[in-house]
Amino acid sequence: MQVFIYLAYLIAAVFFIYGIKGMTTPKTAVRGNQLSAVGMLIAVVAALLDHNVVHYYYIIMGVLIGASIGIFLAKKVQMTSMPEMVAALNGFGGGASLMVAVANYLEMQTAYGSGNAELIATMPALDMKWSIAVIISILIGAVTLMGSFVAVGKLMGKLGDPSSIGMFKMIVKVSLALLVAGSIYFVSTNPLEQSDLLIVMIVICLLLGVALVIPIGGADMPVVIALLNSYSGLAGSATGFVLGNNGLIITGSLVGASGLILTTIMCKAMNRSLTNVLFGGSMAAQAGISKDEN
Amino acid sequence: MEMLMLTFTIFVLAIFVGVEVINKVPPTLHTPLMSGTNAISGIVVVGAIISSGGGEQTSGLSTFLGVLAIVLACINIFGGFMVTDRMLHMFKKK
Repeated sequence: MQVFIYLAYLIAAVFFIYGIKGMTTPKTAVRGNQLSAVGMLIAVVAALLDHNVVHYYYIIMGVLIGASIGIFLAKKVQMTSMPEMVAALNGFGGGASLMVAVANYLEMQTAYGSGNAELIATMPALDMKWSIAVIISILIGAVTLMGSFVAVGKLMGKLGDPSSIGMFKMIVKVSLALLVAGSIYFVSTNPLEQSDLLIVMIVICLLLGVALVIPIGGADMPVVIALLNSYSGLAGSATGFVLGNNGLIITGSLVGASGLILTTIMCKAMNRSLTNVLFGGSMAAQAGISKDEN
Repeated sequence: MEMLMLTFTIFVLAIFVGVEVINKVPPTLHTPLMSGTNAISGIVVVGAIISSGGGEQTSGLSTFLGVLAIVLACINIFGGFMVTDRMLHMFKKK
């Protein structure tokens, strides 16, 4: 059975590749999008057949709620507010990765705490690879979630560009340093006993997401959204490493890579370099000055 | 270790496929492509399904997070594919 599930993930990934390929030319774009949707259906069916899935009640409930909200939003949104919509959806994807990583952490705690060998055998191995993947998944997921919502705020004009970016650069540096220290401690001890540390790190990651995007000018938001889109793919990929699921790893890295290339292409179209966006504030401000001088 | 190298290999190869596939794309398709790949990143629903449908190892909180993840991922998937479709049909009319 497990073999068929893996094959299904592979087939889904092929559909996604053809789908993305199709979306790069206007003629085949609609068909490409449909192919991707079929790929998603295959992946979901495969996930439902996974031997770890026992109860279907909650899943059906979640899918029904999510689908109705998604369909409602997709029908309702104005064409002019499409960038906000894409950014918000992106944030939801990142948030989902964050939550899956935390849920898996909690499950590992229960499984390993119970001492039940059969139960432990169904879970991922408790090793450094798993702990690192959990942290990366939480980091990228949280940054994507908060970053996207800051981007939405900026696009809607509710969040202006801050006058001083120094503070945010400081927050980014401090939170990165704290995260590195926290991660090293998390990985070097038994990670399952560090739930308090994990909560603190989640909060820092959320803060980091805000601080990374706030300094970037509103005009750069499309590029930022493309970049966050790439992040949300990578977050899915990291979740794949957490769960040991190849389907997630392939598709996540596919989206991550295509998103990054799209970001570079968009940067070129706007005559900006990617470093301007990646390193946010200071570079953007300098570029702004030099543009004014020109 | 072998397993890790294998998954890592898949990861790197998938990145190259992603780069190759998207290399030449006309500017009008930037936004639909972004929203389309964004919908694909809803693939994390696979992880969410596995998390929220689990047996003995789940707790109330982990199931709640799993279901919340399914809801968010499904908003991403359904919203993403439909919105992309709407955008692409707009292009066709022109």
